[in-house]
Amino acid sequence: MEFFRIKNDIPFMRHALVFNVISLLTFALAVLFLATRGLNLSVEFTGGTLVEVHYSEAPQLEPIRQSLSAAAYPDAQVQNFGSARDVLIRLPNRDGLESSRVSEKVMGALSTVDGGAPELRRVEFVGPQVGKELAADGAMALLLVVVGIMIYLALRFEWRFSVAAIVANLHDVVIILGFFAFFQWEFSLAVLAAVLAVLGYSVNESVVVFDRVRETFKKKRGMDTPQVLNHAITRTISRTVITHGSTQMMVLSMLLFGGETLYYFSLALTVGILFGIYSSVLVASPLVMWLGVSREQFIKPKQEKQEAVV
Amino acid sequence: MNRYPLWKNLMIGIVLLIGLLYTLPNFYGEVPAVQVSSGKATLKLDASSATARIDKALAAAGIRQTGIFADPNSVRARFETTDEQLQAKDVIEREFNPDPADPDYVVALNLLSASPNWLNRINALPMYLGLDLRGGVHFLLQVDMPGAITKRLDSTAADLRTLLRDQGVRHSGIEREGRSIAVRFRDAELRDEARAAIGRFTADLLLADRDGADGIPELVATLTQQAEKTIQEFALKQNITTLHNRINELGVAEPVIQQQGADRIVVQLPGVQDVAKAKDILGRTATLEVRMVDETPGALEAALNGQVPFGSELYTERGGRELLVRKQVVLTGDRLTDAQPGFDGQTQEPAVHLTLDAAGARIFRDVTRENVGKRMAILLIEKGKGEVITAPVIRTEIGGGRVQISGQMTTQEATDVALLLRAGSLAAPMEIIEERTVGPSLGAENIEKGFDSTLWGFAAIAAFMIMYYLLFGVVSVVALAANLLLLVALLSMLQATLTLPGIAAIALTLGMAIDANVLINERIREELRNGASPQAAITAGYERAFDTILDSNITTLIAGIALLVFGSGPVRGFAVVHCLGILTSMFSAILVSRMLVNLIYGRRRKVEKLSIGQVWKPSN
Repeated sequence: MEFFRIKNDIPFMRHALVFNVISLLTFALAVLFLATRGLNLSVEFTGGTLVEVHYSEAPQLEPIRQSLSAAAYPDAQVQNFGSARDVLIRLPNRDGLESSRVSEKVMGALSTVDGGAPELRRVEFVGPQVGKELAADGAMALLLVVVGIMIYLALRFEWRFSVAAIVANLHDVVIILGFFAFFQWEFSLAVLAAVLAVLGYSVNESVVVFDRVRETFKKKRGMDTPQVLNHAITRTISRTVITHGSTQMMVLSMLLFGGETLYYFSLALTVGILFGIYSSVLVASPLVMWLGVSREQFIKPKQEKQEAVV
Repeated sequence: MNRYPLWKNLMIGIVLLIGLLYTLPNFYGEVPAVQVSSGKATLKLDASSATARIDKALAAAGIRQTGIFADPNSVRARFETTDEQLQAKDVIEREFNPDPADPDYVVALNLLSASPNWLNRINALPMYLGLDLRGGVHFLLQVDMPGAITKRLDSTAADLRTLLRDQGVRHSGIEREGRSIAVRFRDAELRDEARAAIGRFTADLLLADRDGADGIPELVATLTQQAEKTIQEFALKQNITTLHNRINELGVAEPVIQQQGADRIVVQLPGVQDVAKAKDILGRTATLEVRMVDETPGALEAALNGQVPFGSELYTERGGRELLVRKQVVLTGDRLTDAQPGFDGQTQEPAVHLTLDAAGARIFRDVTRENVGKRMAILLIEKGKGEVITAPVIRTEIGGGRVQISGQMTTQEATDVALLLRAGSLAAPMEIIEERTVGPSLGAENIEKGFDSTLWGFAAIAAFMIMYYLLFGVVSVVALAANLLLLVALLSMLQATLTLPGIAAIALTLGMAIDANVLINERIREELRNGASPQAAITAGYERAFDTILDSNITTLIAGIALLVFGSGPVRGFAVVHCLGILTSMFSAILVSRMLVNLIYGRRRKVEKLSIGQVWKPSN
């Protein structure tokens, strides 16, 4: 079996502008959604309490809300989680509330509702100071990844490649966030981990293409820069699709079998992988071209004798 | 040329064998067990005698165990069924804690790996599961450091009052103002005198002159950075020790109590479902009390017969002797600033040195002066229940706030008593700032879901790779399986905590690791397409792909390390596995797969064709 039977190099660079305009538009939309809708942050970031309970029979949500309201939690959000028998209750942190005791009081209130006391599945309580720190740590991690990768790429290749790779892949990150903002999917710590993992992963995609670009520049003399890029992309497209296909199979498996906890994690990965291919191949390469990459940068300059100027 | 030297094949083989060995315990599952550990800081568990006692007690009760294992802190007995486990727990509880009201040992239900004993002997244990997989409670506690400092400043202010009075330096008022102490004087000369006196007394204070309202000369004392740091470290250490003692009462098999950052403590209680009780215990305060022993002739005998004199209480001293102690409290633990093990200056006997604050020192001096020759008892009061730690005889008046407890103690006992005195109460209040509770059913479900995702994802990749690359696909899948094996072995060896995000990382790492083999296989096809001979194509394919694999793994590793450094909780669990997975994937994708390819093709003299799927050549 061979999927890709490509005779000549595909002229990707001819459409470079179109690709970049598409990605610029997507990027602008993502920023727009982030600005207007914002992220639906999980309790880990906002602080608050989350209680997940399991009933043996599907309960009515309204009595639960009323009972919580009566127990001094009118701001409790009650919703089904995964199945009709699982209920998720979210409570924001409030001043003057003995926050570390919330989970017991909620369970107490639930046991007064008709239909019997539920089984406690999970409690997450995050104090206000912790949430802020987690958000700050997340931002630091993102910064460290970006700087680390830039330094590595600049050492290994050239600054043009490192700038292009980072621009292309940061735009992936923004687009993933845009998806989360648009659909109001829950953004948790696990999703943050997925986003950063995707960043490393799709940079690696750019690296594979750039490796080829460098090799082609060194080997094939007669080609100009767009031809070299076309050649490199065409030669690696088969591996790109197969690799990402394989990773996506794994992610799909998590999406299907991983349950609620891994759901958004794998969604972030899915969006990241799809846009990762697109951006590292069709966005990063034109950027390198526009930044002015050329053969001379890869061939060691001949040692010219410095002659004294008379 | 496509042959590995023997040593290289052997090395890879040995690594895989070790991997297999350390992965094995994960397949045996777990069996019910009962764990015995010491419940008191002063009591050390003697592993060999405890083993013998458990063995005898179980044999007497006719309960069959399948192995008793001892480690420095606990002894565990394995059972075949949970019924036997529960019966055994009762038997062992009776054997070790004859008095249920005052348990000496923690007897807890636990799960032990069911792997055979020879695996346990080489320390091959199953992966350590996080709370989200096994169920339990996780707390993050914030120690109120400003509170600890304020407390210290208050006692320092009292010390200064005593000091200046003893030195005969007149002051017009000492007050704590936020994080400093202000001392007012009538004139500047008195201030100079006071500064010299305070300087001789302690090096922990930074002194500065200030002219207060109406030009009154003032001395402002603040704690040096060093002193503040010491106070904070001390508070944290003491709180951790106290938590240890309290959690022992919960009967948790493997509690985790760790410092996190400068002022936080993580408490993890696997298997605990009663969150309310856990919170009560964490938040409780214990106190130390000094009282006089009631030595009225005949009173003790009367008390033993059930007639406790009015104003006294009956206690059992450590060592089992009865003691009658007055109810009137001389001193409480609030006055104790430190307790350290050491040696008696004259006799070189082991001793415990206590440091009291100024007010405490004054009380202690007065009491000891009036009671030379009598006994005083030091009690630890917890949950309204007291225990006499020690009841020494007062030999002379003791002033200066430095008290020494000595006599008939070993060095170990001195250390333990000091610890107990310090550990009785919390040095600074704590607040729960994060809580995670996971029910046991959710934990089991999480394991199942994580396992299913990995399994199906792996199966899909394997099916595709074999269809697309034929024999080379098989090699890639074997390499990927080796990667999984090594990763699980490494996690088991390191006993790194595996969480649900960690399982997700295993799956994701496998999905990414196949990239290296795809790169290699595509390269080999390309070399073949360009007309290389099969053997040359293999060599060139592996060599050319290596640089790219290295580059791409390093960029992924950078992201992984950033997550490890800045991640907490679930992110860290993900990052650890992700980073380890990248390392094992380099090994398996390059070395293991090459070894297999070499074994298949390297020995043949003439290879006509590689089984790597169709290699399409443009026809022009």
